[in-house]
Amino acid sequence: MAIRTEPVTINIGPQHPSTHGVLRLRVTFDGEVIVDVEPVFGYLHRGSEKLAEERNYVQVLTLTDRLDYVASMTNNQAYCIAVEKMLGVEAPLRGQYLRVLAAELQRAASHLVATGFLLQDLGALATPLMYCFRFREKILDLFEMLCGARITVSYMRPGGVFSDAPPDFWPALDDLMQEAPHLIQELEQLLMKNEIVLVRTKNVGVLSAESAIASSVSGPVLRASGVAWDWRKMDPYDIYDRLEFDVPVGERGDNYDRFRVRIEEVKQSLRIVEQCRDEIHPGPVRADVDAEAIDLVLERRGEAEKPLAEGPVRAELPFVLRPPAGAEAYGRVEAPKGELAFYLVSDGSIAPYRCKIRSPSLINLTVLRELLVGWKLADMIVTLGSIDINMGEVDR
Amino acid sequence: MTRAVQGEELAGYVRQKFPDAVCQWKGESLWIEPSDLREVAEFLRDEPDLDFKFLNSVSAVDYVQYFEVVYHLTSLEHNHSAVVKTRLYSREAPTAQSVVAVWPGADFQEREIYDLMGVSFEGHPNLKRIMLWEGFPGHPQRRDFEDVVTY
Amino acid sequence: MTPFLQENVVFREVYCFLGGNEGNASWCGGDGLLPGGFEWAAYFAAGFVIMFILVNAALLGAAVFVWSERRLLARFQARRGPNRWGPWGIFQPIADLLKLIIKEDIVPNAADRLAFTLVPIIMLMALLLSLAVMPFARNTYLVNLNVGILYIIAVSSMSTIAIFMAGWSSANKYAMFGAMRGVAMLISYEIPLVLSLVGVVLIVGSMSLVSVVEAQTVPFLLVQPLGALVFMLGISAELNRTPFDILEAESEIIAGYHTEYSGIKFALIQAAEMAGVLAASGFLATIFMGGWSGPFWSGQLGAFWFLVKLAGFVMLFIWIRATFPRLRIDQIMAFAWKFLLPLALINFLVTAVQVYFFGFYQGDVPGELTRNELWIMAAINIPVALIAIGIFGRFSREKVRVPEPVFQNIAPSPRTMEVD
Repeated sequence: MAIRTEPVTINIGPQHPSTHGVLRLRVTFDGEVIVDVEPVFGYLHRGSEKLAEERNYVQVLTLTDRLDYVASMTNNQAYCIAVEKMLGVEAPLRGQYLRVLAAELQRAASHLVATGFLLQDLGALATPLMYCFRFREKILDLFEMLCGARITVSYMRPGGVFSDAPPDFWPALDDLMQEAPHLIQELEQLLMKNEIVLVRTKNVGVLSAESAIASSVSGPVLRASGVAWDWRKMDPYDIYDRLEFDVPVGERGDNYDRFRVRIEEVKQSLRIVEQCRDEIHPGPVRADVDAEAIDLVLERRGEAEKPLAEGPVRAELPFVLRPPAGAEAYGRVEAPKGELAFYLVSDGSIAPYRCKIRSPSLINLTVLRELLVGWKLADMIVTLGSIDINMGEVDR
Repeated sequence: MTRAVQGEELAGYVRQKFPDAVCQWKGESLWIEPSDLREVAEFLRDEPDLDFKFLNSVSAVDYVQYFEVVYHLTSLEHNHSAVVKTRLYSREAPTAQSVVAVWPGADFQEREIYDLMGVSFEGHPNLKRIMLWEGFPGHPQRRDFEDVVTY
Repeated sequence: MTPFLQENVVFREVYCFLGGNEGNASWCGGDGLLPGGFEWAAYFAAGFVIMFILVNAALLGAAVFVWSERRLLARFQARRGPNRWGPWGIFQPIADLLKLIIKEDIVPNAADRLAFTLVPIIMLMALLLSLAVMPFARNTYLVNLNVGILYIIAVSSMSTIAIFMAGWSSANKYAMFGAMRGVAMLISYEIPLVLSLVGVVLIVGSMSLVSVVEAQTVPFLLVQPLGALVFMLGISAELNRTPFDILEAESEIIAGYHTEYSGIKFALIQAAEMAGVLAASGFLATIFMGGWSGPFWSGQLGAFWFLVKLAGFVMLFIWIRATFPRLRIDQIMAFAWKFLLPLALINFLVTAVQVYFFGFYQGDVPGELTRNELWIMAAINIPVALIAIGIFGRFSREKVRVPEPVFQNIAPSPRTMEVD
């Protein structure tokens, strides 16, 4: 006798413990097995791109913090690089070092959050999460010293960073760097040989390299699939071309590889931070421009009327920027989630004419359906966690 | 470093295969006729010298007289990148050809452009609103959009 | 007068204080407070006192367990845990309970009201019933059933029905998922759970828990290592604790079968679950660690020894919960059928042969194995257990064992710029 069965459709989210925000997945199940998945977005849509059109170039920076709010530093960096490309300005060396240092600390923090929540999704009762967050807290404390904020940092500016690191930042960084290997080791001991973690993640949610490239997947997800592609290596921005680091690459592209690649990247990030700490030397942190040569300077906060001194005047990049009309730039960085890029178009005014955000989280979700169909509900949660999305960035 | 393939160089390649497809080029950008977009995209992906297998992003810019859809492409093989653009002159029903069949990664981005910019993509498998709800009046990313929501 | 009641310390004291030997209770030895003809009142009062003590002990125990679990988990997770309300936060569960009682008790419109309301009652009842046969100290138990072990298994299976009722009556798909998983998993784990206790029953020759304690001249943890392992794993599946907590996996199906429960109903379900851990630890202590018998003063300090052992097992449960992620449903089922069941059967077979062999010298009387014989059994069973676990562990892991990933690293980039 045949049992009459019918598929069940469940809305997972927008309020669900492990959709990492307000993602909604309309999932059709046959028993426990997934037949169809359709992600539904938009619950956190704030129209950042539209808002950016009504703010000047520096003000837009605060919007970028709110995109991927667990990795604000890299968002800042991507935006600043895009603006600098448009202006043809380059940040001074110390500014670049500080940027890379902050961005790498942020990458470590973001990957720790991703790892912690992945393990939380696996059902480990908050222990790995707390281990990860303990480490992340220390990094956020450093950010607080750098710029006074922990999450929405707004630390960088077009042309560098807004202020130099305070003197007590460096000893605090030293403390963290001394502690970090121990913290990482503890995390690895807890997770790497855990039979259940291995059973649950290995060979689950396998993403082939071809499929990853075709679907424009980037970041650790792409690298876990065996594609050695890291924008820090391939198109070095800031000072990445003078730093030594490896790009960890997975083999099969399953959940375990994604999770493992992130842990390895945390180690590499710490390595980069160490190099930055050792190589940085005094200097300006914000680009100065030749005030005579460029007509970038529109208003300089009361200084505009001052007569120009003799000889070339070096002035700090002003608050109000005005890139030439028709200029456009595609500034990208390797954010923790993947390739984060800002496509800026200028019409010569003080606000960007168009600010398109290429968000890695949204585009990485393209492969979701491919990864999930045929697997079980429990695997779905883990796979979603291993892609590491952030709804602030998906919906923007 | 990723080499930016200049529009002129790219135009040379495209013109060999599709003599009428290229509108113009300037700097890094290459403008393509919207009617040839899908075929050119396929060519860009499959041509071994170009090998643009990775679609970075699809953007749309509203220049009021026309819409411009911008494709940023990268070849992971040769580590070079290109910018391909197409202009749509209709204000009421701007329609471009969908490249989802060429690069599946364009799926959500084209839906987003359709939602926020009102550019529809011919041949997209699932073209519906992504960020806003069905029935939202207008397309907020357009320059002439006026907020009709009353609170 | 039912004979098993007079063995109960509390019952005897209360009954004799009130009723004395007026009726047929010749074992009281003196007159009670109540006049003749009111033995029923004494009987009722004595029963009520026992119930009162047992129910309150279970619920308060659950509260203490909640507190200790939260504190310990916090320690495992490098944080502090509840520490505001009372010394070391010890009144935290009471505050939680008050909050839950005050909260609105929501019943979904589409729910089957009767079944929905019955669920917490059945869950708590199943738990409290199972406590009836547990010997807390020498001569301190509600009843000494001669089918005690069977009774525990029968009663604790009732929670499966409660879980299914909860999932079905909530009219919630997540709850239904939880119930589906729950029924599949719990019924599967019943089988190794029952089989793991057969060895103990064979050795003792009785199903009474009191006899089990008295027969343990050597802790059965040593004599029955496989049985203890299977029972421990099986019971933690029955209790829905990690790594087997798929039926209330909060990262997957919100809260599983009790998604729709709130207020006092939720509190009761939680209490049943938490007290369930205590009960399971109590049975583990009783069956495998000798219950109230300790190294010295077992008679006087019986309750103390019992509590120490119970606390040890509780600690073990919390430790497991803090450490392990959750398994997927198919892996859990495979674990039950491919790993636990064979182990339980091996244990059954080996024990049966040993009991038959040792019993051979003692005529046909089962049980009554001497201390030396138990030690010999332990010496045989521990290696058997290790070998069996090794073989079946390898066997059941074969499918998931894949080669360790080799991480390629791109070579470090050359330094293209010089530091200026």
